[in-house]
Amino acid sequence: MEDTICAISTSLGVGAISIIRVSGQEALDIVNKIFKGKDLTKVKSHTINYGYIYDGEKNIDEVLVSVMLAPKTYTKEDVVEINCHGGISTTNKVLELLLENGARLAEPGEFTKRAFLNGRIDLTQAESVDALLKSKSDSAREVALNGVSGSLGKKIKNLRSILVELLANIEVNIDFPEYEDALEITHSNLKPRLTEVLETLKDLLATARNGKIISEGLNVAIVGRPNVGKSSILNSLLEEEKAIVTDIAGTTRDIIEGSATLNGILINFIDTAGIRETEDVVEKIGVDKSIAAIDSADLVILVLNNNEELTDEDKELLEKIKKYENIIFINKTDLERKLLFNKDDFTIVDGNTKEISGLDNLKKEIINKFNLEKIETKDMTYLSNVRQIDLTKKALKAVEHALANLDELIPVDMLAIDIKQAWDLLGEIIGENYQDALLDELFTNFCLGK
Amino acid sequence: MKYDVIVVGGGHAGCEAAHISAFMGKKTALVTANIQNIADMPCNPSIGGTAKGIIVREIDALGGLMGRVADRSHFQIKMLNNAKGPAVRSLRAQADKITYPKEMLKELEKTKNLTLVESMTEGIIVDNNKIMGITLENGDKLFCDALILTTGTYLKGNILIGAKNTPGGPHGEKRSNHLSDSLKAAGFTIQRLKTGTPPRIKASSIDFSKMKEELGDKELYTFSVDGIAQYKVDDQQKCYLLYTNAETHKIINENLDKSSMYGGYVTGIGPRYCPSIEDKIVRFSDKERHQLFLEPESLYYDEWYLQGFSTSMPEDVQERMVHSLSGLENAVITKWAYAIEYDAIDPLQLKPSLETKVVENLFTAGQINGTSGYEEAAAQGLIAGINAVNKLNKKEPIILKRDEAYTGVLIDDLVTKGTGEPYRMLTSRAEFRLILRHDNADLRLREIAFKNGSVTKQQYDKLIEKKNQIIELKELLAENKLKITKEVKEIFESAKKEVPKTTISYLNLLKRPEINLNFIKQFLELNYDIDILEQVEIEVKYEGYIKKAYKEAEKTRKLEEKIIPNDIDYSKVNNLASEARQKLEKIRPISIGQAARISGVNPVDISILAVYLKKEYGKNE
Repeated sequence: MEDTICAISTSLGVGAISIIRVSGQEALDIVNKIFKGKDLTKVKSHTINYGYIYDGEKNIDEVLVSVMLAPKTYTKEDVVEINCHGGISTTNKVLELLLENGARLAEPGEFTKRAFLNGRIDLTQAESVDALLKSKSDSAREVALNGVSGSLGKKIKNLRSILVELLANIEVNIDFPEYEDALEITHSNLKPRLTEVLETLKDLLATARNGKIISEGLNVAIVGRPNVGKSSILNSLLEEEKAIVTDIAGTTRDIIEGSATLNGILINFIDTAGIRETEDVVEKIGVDKSIAAIDSADLVILVLNNNEELTDEDKELLEKIKKYENIIFINKTDLERKLLFNKDDFTIVDGNTKEISGLDNLKKEIINKFNLEKIETKDMTYLSNVRQIDLTKKALKAVEHALANLDELIPVDMLAIDIKQAWDLLGEIIGENYQDALLDELFTNFCLGK
Repeated sequence: MKYDVIVVGGGHAGCEAAHISAFMGKKTALVTANIQNIADMPCNPSIGGTAKGIIVREIDALGGLMGRVADRSHFQIKMLNNAKGPAVRSLRAQADKITYPKEMLKELEKTKNLTLVESMTEGIIVDNNKIMGITLENGDKLFCDALILTTGTYLKGNILIGAKNTPGGPHGEKRSNHLSDSLKAAGFTIQRLKTGTPPRIKASSIDFSKMKEELGDKELYTFSVDGIAQYKVDDQQKCYLLYTNAETHKIINENLDKSSMYGGYVTGIGPRYCPSIEDKIVRFSDKERHQLFLEPESLYYDEWYLQGFSTSMPEDVQERMVHSLSGLENAVITKWAYAIEYDAIDPLQLKPSLETKVVENLFTAGQINGTSGYEEAAAQGLIAGINAVNKLNKKEPIILKRDEAYTGVLIDDLVTKGTGEPYRMLTSRAEFRLILRHDNADLRLREIAFKNGSVTKQQYDKLIEKKNQIIELKELLAENKLKITKEVKEIFESAKKEVPKTTISYLNLLKRPEINLNFIKQFLELNYDIDILEQVEIEVKYEGYIKKAYKEAEKTRKLEEKIIPNDIDYSKVNNLASEARQKLEKIRPISIGQAARISGVNPVDISILAVYLKKEYGKNE
C-alpha cells in the first residue's frame, strides 16, 4: 500500500484561503478523523462539504472540504482538499493533525510523480517531473542537513546513541544468549533508560513552540468592542518599540498590521479589521471579524472597559478566548468599576490608555507567557518545522508504546521493534539512515565469537 | 556420462542440493573428492543456534534434510532464548560428528535418481555462456544441463598455523587447485576469505571438575515438524564453561607476531563475529577474561571442541595457551587450531535464484558465495537445488521474500549487498523477525514448497490440517466466555491473577500478560496439540506487534512487485546519480524493492527509476 501523502498546496500566508491536499488510499479516512460535518466516506465523489476541523474537542477552523474519489483525480488516487480560512498557524495546525492521523508529508513533486506513475499525465509533462526530481536530488541532502542546527542535531544524536546502545545490547542478548559479559536488558533496567529518552523527547517538543516563535514570530490579536482602546494599545506598543514596517519577506504581510520586537522576538499584530480606525468614526465591525483573527493568533489580548458592564459581545469573546493563550487588558481603571466577570480562566492586566499606564505590565505578561527571556535566539536548539515536529512526535509515540507494553510485560525483543522505530525516525530528522550502523555497534562494543 | 543436474561438493549445501534435485525427479550426480567426508562438520559440533535454528526449521519446511538428520544425531538440545519473546527462540543441538554424516549418507543413498561420484573437480565446461559440464582431475568429463557448485573452503584452500602455510582443505583433504581459475576464466570475480577453528582436546586429559556444567533442556524438541523426538531428556551429554585468565592473555600478547594473522601471513578477510582469541585480546584489552566452552564432538571418539579459542598461533604457543586454562593444565591437544583461507566468488554476480549471472544454468551455494555456517550453506543448497530443477522445467524460481524466511533475508543480502566478510545469519539482520519465527516455519513455507514440488502431498495435507485447527481454536476462544462465578474468582485469586470484572471471552482473557492457555484449560476443554496451542497463544498475545509487522511488510511487498525488466539499459535512465547507476548496472536488481535496498542508491534514484520504467515500459501494462 502506498502511503497517503499531504501538503499545503497554496503559498503560505498569501491570500485568505489556503488549501491542503491529501492523496492516497487512506485520504478519506484520515480527514474524516479530524472533520466534523458529514461523514466524508459516504459523500458522493466530486462534492464540496462544509464543516469544521477539530483537534479532539477543540475547534480549529471552519473549512470547505472537496472530496474526489479515484480515478478521476489529479493523482488517480482518492484526493481530499481542505480549504482553510485561518492563516498560517491554523493551516499548519491542520497539517500537523493530518500527519498525526497517519498521513505523510509529501516530497516536492510527489503529487505530480504519482499522477504520472498512475498514468494521469503524459510524457511531456513527465519531463518536468524528471527535472523536479533531479533538482530535489541535488538539494535534498542540503535541506536535510541545514534544517537541523548544530545543537539540535547534537541533542538528537545523543538520543540516538542511547537508543542504538540499547538496541545493540538487546541484539547481543538475542544472538549470543550465552555471552555473559553483556548486561541482560530486562524490563526493570530498560524502563529508566526509556523514560529518560521519553522525557528528552517531550522537552524537545515543548520547546518546539520556541523554534516556531523564533523563525516566524509571535502572532498577537488585539480584540474587543469598538472604542474600547485597542488602537491606543497597538499604537503605543508599536511606537515604543520602534515599529517595524510590515514588509517581512515571505511572511504574512497581508494580514499583519504591524510588528514590534520584544526581547529580540518579533511580535506580529494581526489585523483584527479596523482596530486602527479613528475612534470618532462609528465602527460597524462586529465580533465575527475578531473571531477570525483569534484563530490564527498565538496570543489574544482582549480589551475591556472598566467603566461599563459586560455586553453580549464581550461575553461571546470571553467565552471564545478561554481556550487560547490570553491576556485581558482592563482599560480605564481610573474610572468607576462597573465591569464584573469571573476571572478564573484569564490573565488580567489593569491599565489606562489615556495615561499610558499598565503597558509595561502588559509587556511583562507577554514575556512571561512565552518565556521570552529564556529563549536563546542565537542558538537554535529548537525543532522548527512541521517535518521535524512530526517525526519527533512519532518517535515519542514509539517510545510511549514501548513503555506501555513494557508494563504489560511484553518481551524485550519486541519492545526493540519500537525502539528501532524511534531510532529510525530520529535518524530521518538529521538525515542519518545508515542501516548497518546497528551491526557495526554490535561488533565494536561486544567481544563475540566461537 | 550425462546428468540433468550435477552437484559439486558433498558438504551441507551439496547434500541438500543433490537430494532435492533428485527428489524432484532429475537424474542427479553428487561429485565429491571423498565420499567418507560427506556432510562433514569440520568446525563446531552443533546444528542450529540463534537464527540458525530457525533456518534449520525453514530447510525442513521446504523439504530439506538437515532438520531430520540432526534430530537423529544429537546428544544435547536446547531452546535458546526460551525466556525471551517467541520471535527470537531457536533450537541448538550438539550433533555427533560421526552420526550426523552417517545419517546424511543414509538419506542420500536411499534417494532415487541420485548417484554419488568420488572425484576431485578441476574445471567447468562452458559453451556460449551456458554450462555444459565439469572436468574431473583424471581428465574425464561429466555433462549436465545444470550445475551446482558447493565447494566450501576447498577452492585453493590454505591451512595456516603460525608461519606455516599448507595447501589443502579441512581434515588434511586435498584442495581444488584449478576450479577457481576456471571460474575466473569464465568471468567470475574471485575474493579471498578466511575463517578459523579452535583446537581439539583429548577428553581423558581434561579436569572437568574445575568447570561449570552446561546441560540440555528437560523438554523434548525436534527440528523437523514431521518427526517425533527419539531421545531421552536425561540421557543428554554435558558441555562445560571455562574462562581465559591473565596468564593466557600474557602468552598471547607475547607471541602475537607469531600468529598467522598478526604476523602478516594471511590475506583473506575474516568475519567480525568470529574473531580468533588473539583478536579478542587485542581488541578488548581491558577485559580480564573471555568465556570458552568445551563441547564433545562425538560419542564414538574422545575429542572435545574448545569453542571460543580459535587461533592461528604456532603449535608450541597453542599448547602453552591451552595449558594456562584452568582444568586443561595437562590437556592433550589432538588437533591444532588453524585459520583457513579460500577462494569465493562475489555474490553480487548471482541472481536471487542463486543462478549466476555469468554462466547460464550454473548455480552456486554455501561458502563459495561468501557465507559461513552449516545452516546458511544448507539453506542455499536447497534453494539452488530447487531452482536448478525449476529452471530446467522452465518454471519460475523460488525467491523467498525478506518477510517470508531467514533464507530469503540471507540470499537477498548476498545478492543485493554482497559481502566483504564471511556472512553469518543474525536475528538482527531480519527486519521482520517477529514474523520469521521458528514455530511458524512450516506455516510460512510448506505451501510454497508444495507448489514447487519439494515436499510430498502428505506433508502438505498435514499443514492444511494444522492451519484448520489453528482457526478452529481461535474461534473456540472467541465464541466461549468465562463467567465470573465465586469458584472462578477463587481460582484467579489463588493463582494471584487479576480477577476479570465481568464476563469475558477466552480470547480477550488470553490477551492479558499473566494468562496462558494452560491456565484457561481449567475452565475450557482444549483438545489440541502443543504446537497448535503455542501458535494461537503467540498470535493472540502479540497481535499488536505482529499486525504492525505485517503492515510494514505489505508496504515493502508493493515495491517487490514492481519488476524491473531484464533488458533495462541504465545508461539511458537520465539523472541517476553516477554511484547509483554503477551499482544498479552491476547488481541488476529484479524489482524496485531490491533496488531500494542497494547501498548508494537513494530514494531519489528510485523515484527516477520508477518514472523511467513507466515511461519506457508502461505502455505494455
